[in-house]
Amino acid sequence: MSRTINVGFIGNPNCGKTTLFNAYTGANLKVANWPGVTVEKKEGYTTYESQEYKLIDLPGIYSLSSYTMEEKVSRECILSDEVDVIVDVADASSLERNLYLTLQLIELGKPVILALNMMDIVEERGMEIDLHRLPEMLGIPVIPVSARKKTGLSILMHAVAHHQTYGKQGPLIHHHHIGRDILHKHNHHEEYAMVYQDSIEDKIDLLIDRITDTYPDFTNKRWLAIKYLEKDPSAIELWPLDTSDILDRVYEKEIINQKYDFIEEIISETLVNKSTKEERTDRVDRYLTGKYTGLPIFLAIMAFVFFLTFFVGDFLKGYFEIALEAFSGLISNGMTAIHAGDMITSLVVDGIISGVGGILTFLPNIFILFLALAFLEDSGYMARVAFVMDDIMSGLGLSGRAFIPLLLGFGCSVPAVMASRALEHRKDRMKTILITPFMSCSARLPIYVLFSSMFFGNYAMAVCYSMYLLGIAVAILTAFILSKLDGSKSEHALLIELPEYKTPNARTIAIYVWEKVKDYLTRAGTVIFLASVVMWILLNFGPTGYVTDIGRSFGSYIGKFIVPLFRPLGLGYWQIIVALIAGIAAKEVVVSSCGVLFGIQNIAAAGGMGAALTTLNAMGFGMANAYAMMVFCLLYVPCTATIATIRREVESTRLTALFVLFQLGTAWIVSFLFYQGLSLIL
Amino acid sequence: MVLKEGKNHHTYEVLSIHIELQLERRLQALGLTEGSLITILNNDKQGSLTAKFRGTRFALGKRIADNIEVVEVMTNEQNN
Repeated sequence: MSRTINVGFIGNPNCGKTTLFNAYTGANLKVANWPGVTVEKKEGYTTYESQEYKLIDLPGIYSLSSYTMEEKVSRECILSDEVDVIVDVADASSLERNLYLTLQLIELGKPVILALNMMDIVEERGMEIDLHRLPEMLGIPVIPVSARKKTGLSILMHAVAHHQTYGKQGPLIHHHHIGRDILHKHNHHEEYAMVYQDSIEDKIDLLIDRITDTYPDFTNKRWLAIKYLEKDPSAIELWPLDTSDILDRVYEKEIINQKYDFIEEIISETLVNKSTKEERTDRVDRYLTGKYTGLPIFLAIMAFVFFLTFFVGDFLKGYFEIALEAFSGLISNGMTAIHAGDMITSLVVDGIISGVGGILTFLPNIFILFLALAFLEDSGYMARVAFVMDDIMSGLGLSGRAFIPLLLGFGCSVPAVMASRALEHRKDRMKTILITPFMSCSARLPIYVLFSSMFFGNYAMAVCYSMYLLGIAVAILTAFILSKLDGSKSEHALLIELPEYKTPNARTIAIYVWEKVKDYLTRAGTVIFLASVVMWILLNFGPTGYVTDIGRSFGSYIGKFIVPLFRPLGLGYWQIIVALIAGIAAKEVVVSSCGVLFGIQNIAAAGGMGAALTTLNAMGFGMANAYAMMVFCLLYVPCTATIATIRREVESTRLTALFVLFQLGTAWIVSFLFYQGLSLIL
Repeated sequence: MVLKEGKNHHTYEVLSIHIELQLERRLQALGLTEGSLITILNNDKQGSLTAKFRGTRFALGKRIADNIEVVEVMTNEQNN
């Protein structure tokens, strides 16, 4: 077998690149219908006709300039030897926008294949693309594919196989007519797809001569010449050249405009029945982004999502609980039957089953929450949220774009913190990372469900929803105070593409939800399993060895030591404190720990809750305490995985520690206020 | 006039962009160059607006919309 061929997948944000990549590699990378999901490059392998291909999925970019992080990553990768063939994935339903990058890629001089994705949408809209004329004008192979329906995949790989050794492009059959100042037929029209006006072409020729003198081995001199004309900072830094006698000014604007002129020409020659149906998106947007309707609709949608999560989720959760109870009973009886020791039985039943099992019963809630978020993302709504929230966010000194990481925070803080990379300014990024953990992640949901169902009966759902709103409020307030403190005028400016709405794709949603559910299950099997065992050890062993009285365990001594600090919050109970400490491993552990701490199996089931409520009430732990507990869980230190992610993103241990302390302090203060306030009312 | 002063569903030609170089270049790379056309979709709010240029819808923050100098052009639609 010959060596592996490296194929770089590149394209505009939201063009279906990752879906295509997944279709080849069988990987399940996350896909979303809003820009900036792929912030890092990812690699996978596929084999076609016994030739191995390494596929590289690059961040979505609009151009090959080097002004954003994504552009830099993609450009460096494509220019390097890491990529042999470029597959330019274009959204065929938005060809005008996508072809700009295509023209830039062609100029790079490496083999390029244009994969026209979303052809199904093009047909749906009654448009047609002339697939003979398009490759004629571009001089590169054009392959229609549908990543969602998995069509055209082998033909595309076939083109990659044939095109990878291919140097010069075929004869080009066109002559620009929209561009100005192209008086005579420039002979470049037979060599290059993109030919500029004569005065620029003349300069390119002069520059190529000079490059040949200075860098004789440089492979694509025309590309470098164009970079000099654009005064591209990174190209000039890498390949310095004195061009002062050729270039009197920057020609970037002309170069961009003429590319778009050519694109206009391509569109007019290849696109038939230019759509009128795209107005559907405009009609929907009239409401979803309307001045008075946008925000209420967003809040209503979120409320509906939570209604589904709690109402339908709890209904299904009931069945999981019955199953768990039966399983727990079965194991308990089985262990008695085989005369297992008390200690081992206790470890398995009280430690592991009630810890891990208790978490598993929340699976329906988690499943529904992510299903709903997947629908919102895949439909194209998320980008609108950035617009709807921009005014509020600018008041806080943040870009509307920062709202996307915050919204993702409802799912899990780890990808949310990572998504803040899409923000251009470091200050914006830091602020967003600081407040993202305040958005209530799904791991905190079991805590709310447990405590609100125990203490607030019929109002449980409203209490849960109030946690989400409180999280948003604290995040907003923090951002507001910070923007007042640093006083500088905000530098942000919202700039985000609003993709066409589309019917969410079942496969994309399935991948998304499965990823999340798998994550949740993996955590239950690893971190939560371990935490349950550690908790069991802490609670069943004391200075005197194995203890049956939990009050004499190591755990209780640790908890009792910290109790005074938590008394003002109504959380001055050593069991609660131990549960909170355990929750740093993963927030769900707070729930499983409560089960272990209060000696209740299956605490999340109706019977378990009743028993826990009796115990808690006897300790003087009432509604105000329960609410303060939920508030504290909402705001205090994020889980270890999130802390590690924050550390990686802010690149400073000191700053990370500061963030964690700040969150801990905020949790203390807000819980204190709520506990004291509620104690007066209730 | 600046883009922020524009009306919904009217089309404007970009005269100049006065914003820090990096942002100006990003806008240019998206095709919002001097002489290009931009159609406002929704400019009802105080701050950001939505507009369409080079075939794609974008949300543009107020700071961008306030710093793009435009002039209205008659489109075919308005002529009819």
